[in-house]
Amino acid sequence: MTAGNRLAPALLIVAAGMFLAAPFVIDTAPYESTMGLVQRIFYFHVPNAVLMILTSTLCGVASAIYIVGRRPVADYVALSAAELTVVLGVIVLLTGPLWARKSWGVWWAWEPRLTSTLIMWLVFSSYLLLRRFGGAGSELLAAAVGIFGAVLSPFVYWSVNMWRTLHPTTSVLPTLPGPMAGPVIWCSVAFVLLYVAVILLRVRLESARTTLERAWLLLEED
Amino acid sequence: MSLLSGAWIIARKDFLVEVRSREMIYTTLFFAVSCVLVFAFAFVPEGKPIPNAAAGVLWVAIAFSGTLALGRAFERERQGETLRALILAPIERASVYLGKLIALLALMAVMEVLLVPVIGLLFHAPLARAPWLLAGLLITGTIGFASVGTLFAAMLVRAQSRDVLLPVVLYPLTIPVIILGVQGTGLIFAAEPNLALAGNALSMLLFFDAVFVILALWTFAHVMRD
Repeated sequence: MTAGNRLAPALLIVAAGMFLAAPFVIDTAPYESTMGLVQRIFYFHVPNAVLMILTSTLCGVASAIYIVGRRPVADYVALSAAELTVVLGVIVLLTGPLWARKSWGVWWAWEPRLTSTLIMWLVFSSYLLLRRFGGAGSELLAAAVGIFGAVLSPFVYWSVNMWRTLHPTTSVLPTLPGPMAGPVIWCSVAFVLLYVAVILLRVRLESARTTLERAWLLLEED
Repeated sequence: MSLLSGAWIIARKDFLVEVRSREMIYTTLFFAVSCVLVFAFAFVPEGKPIPNAAAGVLWVAIAFSGTLALGRAFERERQGETLRALILAPIERASVYLGKLIALLALMAVMEVLLVPVIGLLFHAPLARAPWLLAGLLITGTIGFASVGTLFAAMLVRAQSRDVLLPVVLYPLTIPVIILGVQGTGLIFAAEPNLALAGNALSMLLFFDAVFVILALWTFAHVMRD
């Protein structure tokens, strides 16, 4: 077992411990005056949303590296990142409306942050559809989608500052009061550890799957 | 041979094929007008169009018929088995992309020139209110849509189920362009028009065009090498 193989389980164990402790850490934060208990969605929603934007960028960078150099590992990273973008997107798009219902009175509003997040989720879902149904050579096609999708991520991030929106702006996070910032940092670290572990495992799985497929092909040829 | 002269040769080839057969312009135009008619039945109840319907219908018709044209443009190359020849031609690969894009843009422009009056007629849209701004939005929006479309239509030529996958990939990526097009056009057509905001949509579209064309050129040159 190499060091890389041991890293993922170690990260998973630490992340699991942190997630178990998360409710207690979040409980130390004071109640927000207008939102009450619902405000606590924030501690999961924000780390997931930030990770979604970062992982879409990772997918774009890995896709560009794959298109230029055709290194398989770049393709595995891009695929893992695209899958995680979709998963994180589901979490963000489910926790967001819970907040919105309480704060704005509606589950969904067609405003720039929500719309751009939904578009990005759609783009990376199309990436996965392409991988699933595109047949041979779909890696390159999907890589192009990954690059274009990553270009959208700055828009998702800055949309709240560029247009007047219902969604809180990016300045909320750095100006959080201390007792609220602690749980955000705690949950963010837990999600990042889980995220890195999942990426490592997914890349290893994809690489093993490709090796196995190649072995099958060789066996059939003989 | 320079990038643009190579592109012009490819575009001229496509013009010639199209002028002789007139297949794509007839079919896409007929499809676009049928689309608008179907929408007119839904969104013009008792002779009065729903507010803001015109802009939405116009852009949906452009996106749908554009997809049809995109699929056909590369299907022609596939059937004639000429795509390999295009890639092997002694011109830059980016020229092939640009040539295809120019030919498609010309086709879509002809279609739009005929489609816009139909929208004006059926949805009572005030086309003469800001004709240059409207033309600007249509041109930039079409470039944004077609630049992404040409790249993916070219890449999908050899893929399985390409007819389904082209819209699956194309629509999510071009939604920002369509949204800006619909918003800008809607602001021109509105009962209380706001041309300054429509101008903002136009500058955003220009920005998206630049990003999409540059990215598509880079990707095309790297992907089409085998």
